[in-house]
Amino acid sequence: MKTIKLLFLSILTSAFIVSCSDDDTPEVVNEEEVITTMTVTLIPQGGGDIVTLKTQDLDGDGPTQPVVTVSGPIALNTTYDGSVEFLNELEDPAEDITEEVLEEDDEHQVFYTLSNDVGTVSYTDSDGDGNPIGVRFEYVSGSSATTGGFVVTLRHEPNKSAPGVSDGIINNAGGETDIEQAWQVTLQ
Amino acid sequence: MRIFLMIIVLFVFGHTYGQNCQYTFKGTIKDFHDNTIIADALIYLKSENKSVVSDMNGRFEITDLCAGKIDLVISHLSCETKFITIDLKGNLEKTIYLEHHIESLEIVTIQGKGTRLFTKTSQESTLRQKELFNYSAASLGEALKEVKGVTTINTGNTIAKPMINGLHSNRVLIMTNGVRLQDQEWGIEHAPNVDLTSAGQISVIKGSGALAFGGDAIGGVVVVNPRRVLSKDTLYGQTTIGGQTNGWGGNINSSINKSFDKGWFVNLQGSYRKHGDLRAPDYNLSNTGLQAGGFTINTGLNKFEYGFSVFYSFLDSEIAILRASHTGSVSDLVRAINSDEPLVIEPFTYDINPPKQEVNHQLFKTNFYKRFRNFGKITLNYDYQNNERLEFDIRRGDREERPAVDLELQTHTLNLDGEYDAADSYKLNFGLLGRYQVNFPDPATGVRRLIPDYDRYDFGAYLTSEFDYGNGHILEAGIRYDFNYVDALKFYRTTRWEERGYDEDFSDIIMEDLGTQLLTNPQFDYHNLSFSIGTRLKLSGHSDLLVNFSRAMRAPNPAELFSEGLHHSAARFELGDLRIQQEISHRISSSLTYEKDRLSFDIDVFVNMIDDFIYIEPTGQETTNRGPFPVWEYQSDDALLYGFDLGVSYVISEHWQLSNQSSYVRGQNTELDLPLINMPPFQTRTRVDYAVADWHDFNLSLEHLFVAEQKRFPDNNFEAFIPELGESVEVDISTPPPAYNLFNMNANWSFQVNKQSNLQVGLIVNNVLNTSYRNYLNQLRFFADEMGRNFILQLKLNY
Repeated sequence: MKTIKLLFLSILTSAFIVSCSDDDTPEVVNEEEVITTMTVTLIPQGGGDIVTLKTQDLDGDGPTQPVVTVSGPIALNTTYDGSVEFLNELEDPAEDITEEVLEEDDEHQVFYTLSNDVGTVSYTDSDGDGNPIGVRFEYVSGSSATTGGFVVTLRHEPNKSAPGVSDGIINNAGGETDIEQAWQVTLQ
Repeated sequence: MRIFLMIIVLFVFGHTYGQNCQYTFKGTIKDFHDNTIIADALIYLKSENKSVVSDMNGRFEITDLCAGKIDLVISHLSCETKFITIDLKGNLEKTIYLEHHIESLEIVTIQGKGTRLFTKTSQESTLRQKELFNYSAASLGEALKEVKGVTTINTGNTIAKPMINGLHSNRVLIMTNGVRLQDQEWGIEHAPNVDLTSAGQISVIKGSGALAFGGDAIGGVVVVNPRRVLSKDTLYGQTTIGGQTNGWGGNINSSINKSFDKGWFVNLQGSYRKHGDLRAPDYNLSNTGLQAGGFTINTGLNKFEYGFSVFYSFLDSEIAILRASHTGSVSDLVRAINSDEPLVIEPFTYDINPPKQEVNHQLFKTNFYKRFRNFGKITLNYDYQNNERLEFDIRRGDREERPAVDLELQTHTLNLDGEYDAADSYKLNFGLLGRYQVNFPDPATGVRRLIPDYDRYDFGAYLTSEFDYGNGHILEAGIRYDFNYVDALKFYRTTRWEERGYDEDFSDIIMEDLGTQLLTNPQFDYHNLSFSIGTRLKLSGHSDLLVNFSRAMRAPNPAELFSEGLHHSAARFELGDLRIQQEISHRISSSLTYEKDRLSFDIDVFVNMIDDFIYIEPTGQETTNRGPFPVWEYQSDDALLYGFDLGVSYVISEHWQLSNQSSYVRGQNTELDLPLINMPPFQTRTRVDYAVADWHDFNLSLEHLFVAEQKRFPDNNFEAFIPELGESVEVDISTPPPAYNLFNMNANWSFQVNKQSNLQVGLIVNNVLNTSYRNYLNQLRFFADEMGRNFILQLKLNY
């Protein structure tokens, strides 16, 4: 009987210890890694209207669709200095994910896939190995009025040495997509 | 069943006659349970070197004894030998009660296996040490594939969960050493934390007939028991060392047992195994290594009348998950599906990198039992389990060092079990259970919680009975009630809260509005009533018929209620539903067993009708800035599962034996009239055994496994726009892979090293032909082939 008593006592004690330890309200978690916002800024080299392409999804992986905007039309036959910025606006103040991308530049690459004679993009930056990153680029617009796709993809851990990847061709790149958006742009 | 033996002194008549050696010791030997007389028991006096045998009336008499201490050894054909000492001061008469188990032996003969059965009318199969030896380096799931009707549902090659007749995870209870495993078992990618090497015997009970273990085993129960403790003075141990070529892995396991004749025992066991990247026939499966280690300590007192034990086990594992299976978007998934080879193939390594899991499971258990004459046995158990699960993902920057999932699940269980076995024709089992569980997801992950903070309280009570109504016919009936109460604290994204419609149905559970997120306090209680009734009919000396009907109720698990997030390897959102209620299973099963001369066969058939079967299925798409993702929601519909498991074996000659096991299950959502997802396809396993006892117990077996293509599946394919392709494509996530054939080989020897020691040698070759194939029940089948050929060598020394 002694054993039973001891057993009961130890069980009661342990149940007591556990039950009084967790009456606290849990701490809220704001997603740290989500990229809520991607902004592509195109500045014409000879001056003129700056074009911004933006996608913003303030609930991250929540049900609300991202808000996708294009500030205005792209001029024909124009060379633009391009850059892209990634933000996590779930944090306050917003966290600049571009910095994280640049810190690990050998593990990231931004791809620009343009269709329907919208123009061509060439990289103007490079990582420590001499491979492009794609945060800065030059964009030469097409020569005739058109509407087409301007797709921007950020890949994590791509295979930068695969054929065509350093020229910005995504097909062999592999890796995982961190953010991807297709904008419809108008050239006029 | 009971190997113990007990002696109780009832009457002591002492008459002093002086100092000479003329005393008489006489008595009667009876059954402990029902007072029946036991004839032919041998009573041996060590000191006098005299022995007598009990007569037809159980009586015995030894004359001409001197005063003083007398050592007695009492043995009987079907009982374990017992040693007692009496202090003789005069003539003595004793009634000696033995634990007589002829009855149990009959049941053993029916099964032909010499193993303990947990139920008499359910479909139950057992794996013993001999079969388990070949799985010394494998997981529980893999070993259970030996049982017909059991398959596994896998995540890659190292995470395998047992699936019984098409049901798995929360629908299959896993009992280890009498404790129900509590290790976040709802997730397909959460392998059960069981160290196979510490098991002495594994039983699988299909369906929910074993109510003592739980009322919610809609699929079945897997009972893993450690080796049995012998109550005699022994010291023995065993060590297994093995290696495998696929993954260049090794395993070691050692155990040592010390028992004393007074019933005290101590048992220590430890194991470790490790392998590097596994290999498919054509490529390396990068990041599929594993390392796992653990130990158990078991000590206590084991007497027939009473005893106690204290048990502790520690198990730690680190499991890599195929690198190529991590996707960030639907276009990544499309690329993986379209590619014949995994998208990441690197050279072989032992390194384990993200994505990976680190799981630690600790179990402490203590129990106490006492037998009462003319009643039975009462057992009191307490156990504590601590399960820590860390999951590491591919993340940016130094976050890779930080887990993306960090869950700590603690469970306390107290239960009281009683057994009434004094009556001749019937037996009763009953019990009470109380359980408290707390889940703590660490917010330091920087990722929203997969499973919320919750407290859960369970209470259960059961009564089962077994009635022998003559000629070996047995009737079994039981009832169980369970109460579950869940008190959770969960953050919802406000947008998700509204999209689910919870703002209308659950507005009263909001505790705090944090702007973009809401802190809520869902509290649910569930009342579950389960019962089971069955009979075993002895048709003849060679065949038995079992018929059983069971009803079981299962409350929704935390994943089904609270899930809200992205599943990386499936590239889909998974959403729980707070409105989900219990599912109720009605399972009718029948088995026919036949065994005569060289032929034995058994067939199990079952029909499982499940009301409000909880499952997950796609309901639409949601767009994020990584493109669209399909949304899969937990919901419930009525379902019907039925099928059969067939086993046949034929002894051709002294050396040759042929056997076959085949299983089929069909699952249908009867409300939507659609096939259920992830149902195992038809499979058949044929084996030829060649054995020569003279060649050191040589046994060679060649096995052929055929797994058909699953033709019945729900079409969950969807259209998705892939920006880099500039077009929409159909994403085929539904079509099962084609049928496949595998050949396995296995050779065993046993060498006598010296009087006490023997060495068992096992050489196993899996996938002999190095066949490339994919398995429908592997969640990562889109990304890579299964493992190729694997040579395994296991050496086991018993000493």
